[in-house]
This record gives sequence, structure tokens and C-alpha cells, in this order.
Amino acid sequence: MERILEAPLAIYQAHLEKGELAYQWSSEAQKAVFYPRVICPFTGSDRLEWRVSAGLGTVYATTVVYPARESAPYNVALIDCDEGFRLMSRVEDLAPEAVRIGMRVKFRVHRPDGDEPPYPVFVPVEAP
Amino acid sequence: MEGLQRGSAAIVGVAESDLGAVAQDMSPIDLMAQGIHRALADCELGLRDVDGLLCATAQSRTSGLALAEYLGISPAFIDTTILGGSSFMFHVAHAQAALQLGLCKVAVVAYGSTQRTVGRRHASVREYNPYETPFRPFLPSTAYALAASRHMHQYGTTREQLAAVAVAARDWALLNPVAWEKKPLTIAEVLSARMISYPFTVRDCCLVTDGGGAVIMTTPERARSLKKPPVHVLGCGQALTHANISSMLDLTVTGALPSGRAAYAMAGLGPTDIDVVELYDAFTINTILFLEDLGFCPKGEGGRFVADGRIAPKGDLPVNTNGGGLSYCHPGMYGLLLLIEATRQLRKECGARQVADCETAIAHGNGGVLSSQSTVILGTQRTL
Repeated sequence: MERILEAPLAIYQAHLEKGELAYQWSSEAQKAVFYPRVICPFTGSDRLEWRVSAGLGTVYATTVVYPARESAPYNVALIDCDEGFRLMSRVEDLAPEAVRIGMRVKFRVHRPDGDEPPYPVFVPVEAP
Repeated sequence: MEGLQRGSAAIVGVAESDLGAVAQDMSPIDLMAQGIHRALADCELGLRDVDGLLCATAQSRTSGLALAEYLGISPAFIDTTILGGSSFMFHVAHAQAALQLGLCKVAVVAYGSTQRTVGRRHASVREYNPYETPFRPFLPSTAYALAASRHMHQYGTTREQLAAVAVAARDWALLNPVAWEKKPLTIAEVLSARMISYPFTVRDCCLVTDGGGAVIMTTPERARSLKKPPVHVLGCGQALTHANISSMLDLTVTGALPSGRAAYAMAGLGPTDIDVVELYDAFTINTILFLEDLGFCPKGEGGRFVADGRIAPKGDLPVNTNGGGLSYCHPGMYGLLLLIEATRQLRKECGARQVADCETAIAHGNGGVLSSQSTVILGTQRTL
């Protein structure tokens, strides 16, 4: 393997800066890889191709966290993206307890205040 | 486990350290040393006999060094595998391998934690994960809550059934004089307690206590000449499936399935042969998942299985007879205390909570966020 010039996380975050949700594709395994890494966990190969997700997915699991102090409850969910990878995120634009397993959701980039890098959140896909 | 021989090692001494809220300024290594002193007294061995040292704590990066220095020993065999709460089940398998190969003659497995006294924030390092931390999961609770959400969705498991696990644990704890919780608990009280991460209230979550202890292991030959009847290691199994919950393939099936299968195969036993069941109950969903994955009920039936007191005292299946991490003691990495309780049950030392006619026990450890699973099957002399 050649010397690595840009870390997987840096490439992932550069995509988010552009408003894109990126993941890796292992052509040998014919599988999506997430989180991004240096070698494929299915084959051990270093041949991982970067792809940009269409941003559509389904809620796989969901919970509402109730902070001990005054702040409001919030959602934490696992999202299965249509390309075949899963990530932790949250579903916004509805009450945290209204998020349901099986709900269709769409990616949106969240840009926090301050120095924190952007991260992916999801919103419900409107009924067709 | 391939290569390990059924019965090639025995547990001969066990002891808890002080539990609950220990004296101010006690260190995790102080608690390990106290546990070792008591466990050696339990089998009438001395520190000079110990040539194998296995330990883990979240509060010391090189706990093996710290403990060996503290005890004034230079062990021939050392292992400080740390995989969360199941670490000590891994240690039992590693100690068994070392004893079988003659790498040591007497091995000590030790644990200590002062997380209650020093505060959870100071007791373990928070690791930043760029793919999870921004979403502020309240770990480990949120990870287990996500697993519970899947179980409820797929199998119709209810919050009342989860609460039944907490109530059964409490009923057992009331029979254990050293348990942290001393008052009865009802389903309604579990459901109406402060919500932590849905569907869990604080009563679905393990205690935050100090604690620790030690287990002494030796060869079956040496074990015969010691003070108490030996408890034999009949089977060991293990499985790692992920580190972070977002990388767990199916949140309703844990590594306890392959871990249990390996332990049963080595022991030549199945779930119907097990008399006492000690499962790592960090959260109420754990008990349900592990009852299923270790074969005590079919997948998806765990919720219905635990309803109506089946795992409570006087139920059909004695589970978590010390009161569990939910009501007895949970210092952060609880697995060692399951091994101690399983051993005591097989020695018939458990007083009011003693299970009648028990010859075999399973002690199942869980670590991380359902990440590391390790199963140990123990038996009396009669099962050899």
C-alpha cells in the first residue's frame, strides 16, 4: 500500500462540506463500506472506491435520549441507506418520539455552529 | 473453544471485594488486592503460590503492571485482555489455556472499580468517534435502547416485559445480603421511573457502584487437595461482532449465539442441562437477548419468556440469582461477579437464594455495546 496522503475521515468530511454523503464501495466484495477506512473489512483489499450516496434511506432503529439536565429530549437513530450501508444519525423536522422504524428518510447536511465539522442528519421523505 | 479441554482447569477460590460505595481514596488496585486476599483465604492458598495474573479495570492503562507491583510478584503468566464487562470470561479461557499448557500453576483473575466514588466521568476515558459522537448517544444506554427498539419492532416485545426482567432481578437481590438495592420493585415503578433513552427508564439500566473481586484457578489435580470442592471449567466460548453499535449487523442477534454454541460444544451440554443461569444484565434487554441466543427460548420469545416471574425466585429457570447488575452491583465491568455467583451456587453457599440440586451453571459475559460476548460453563465434581 502506498503512503496515504489524505485520511478517509478527511475525504468524508470534505464531501460533507460540499453537501454530499460519501461512502466507499468495495468492487471485490460488491458491497458498500461504512465508516470509511483504509482497507475493506470484507476482503482485506485496499481497493476502495469513493461514491456519493443518493441520500435516501430507512430508519433501522430509533431511540429518544432524555438528558439529565434541562435540555430537550432528542432523537438518535440508525439509518440504512439504499446503497447498503448503515450509519448513526438523527431524524429531524418531527418530534423525536414520532420517529418510527421503517420510516423513509432523506439526507440533509447539518452545519453546527463553531469549529465542529458538518455531519449528516435525515428528514422524513414526504409521502408520494 | 478449540484446543481447550473440558475440565482442564478449576475454580478453587472466589471473593468479592468491598462493594457498593467503598471507603474514600480506595483505588481499583486496592480492591483487586482485597479480592485476591479474600479469594486466597477461600482456598487456603497464599500469594507465594500465585504465578499467573490476569486482570482488567477501566481505571488503569497498565493494570497488570500496577497489580504485580502492588502484590510484589513477578508472574510467569500475565494477561490483561480488556474487552469491557466480558473481559473476565476471556480471562478464564486464557487462564485455562495457560494451566493446560503448564505456563502457570495457580492463576488469579482480578477486577476493581471505584466508579461510584470517583464519578463515571473520571472512571473511564470517553473516546471520540467522528461517526457517532456528534449525535450525542448517551452511551452505553442509547446503544442498548436501539437494540431494544428493534426487538420491540420485530417481535412485539413490550416495556412491561422489559420491566419484568428488572423486577425479577430485584426479587433475587432481596435474598442477597450484600446487594445494593434493599426495597421491592414493581413493574409500574419501573415504567414510571425517569426516562433515560427510550424505552429504558433508570430502572431498566444497571446500577453505578464500586466493586471488584477475584477468582483463583488451578489444575484439577491441585484443586483436589484444596479446602473446598472444586468447580470445573467445562466449556468456554467467545465472539467479537463489532465495537460501535452502528456497526452491529443485526441488533436482535448477539455474539452470545456463537459464543454459547462453542461453550456448549466444549462442555458436551445444551441449555436444558444448565441448572443456574448468570447473564450480564447491563440493561433489561440483555437478559432477553441472551436467554434467546444461549438457547433457553426461541429467538423473539424472550419477552414473553420472562413475563410472569419465570426467571424470578421460585420461577422455572433461576437467572441472575445474586440480583444482577440491575439490583446487586455493577461497577462498570461486571463479568467477574457473575463467575463468583455461579461458583458459589455450585458450592451451595448461597443461603436464601440457593438453587436446589444445581450441578451446572452458565456465566455469560457481555462487553462494550453488545460487542464482546464470552460464555463459561461450570460444573461440580459430579459433572466431570
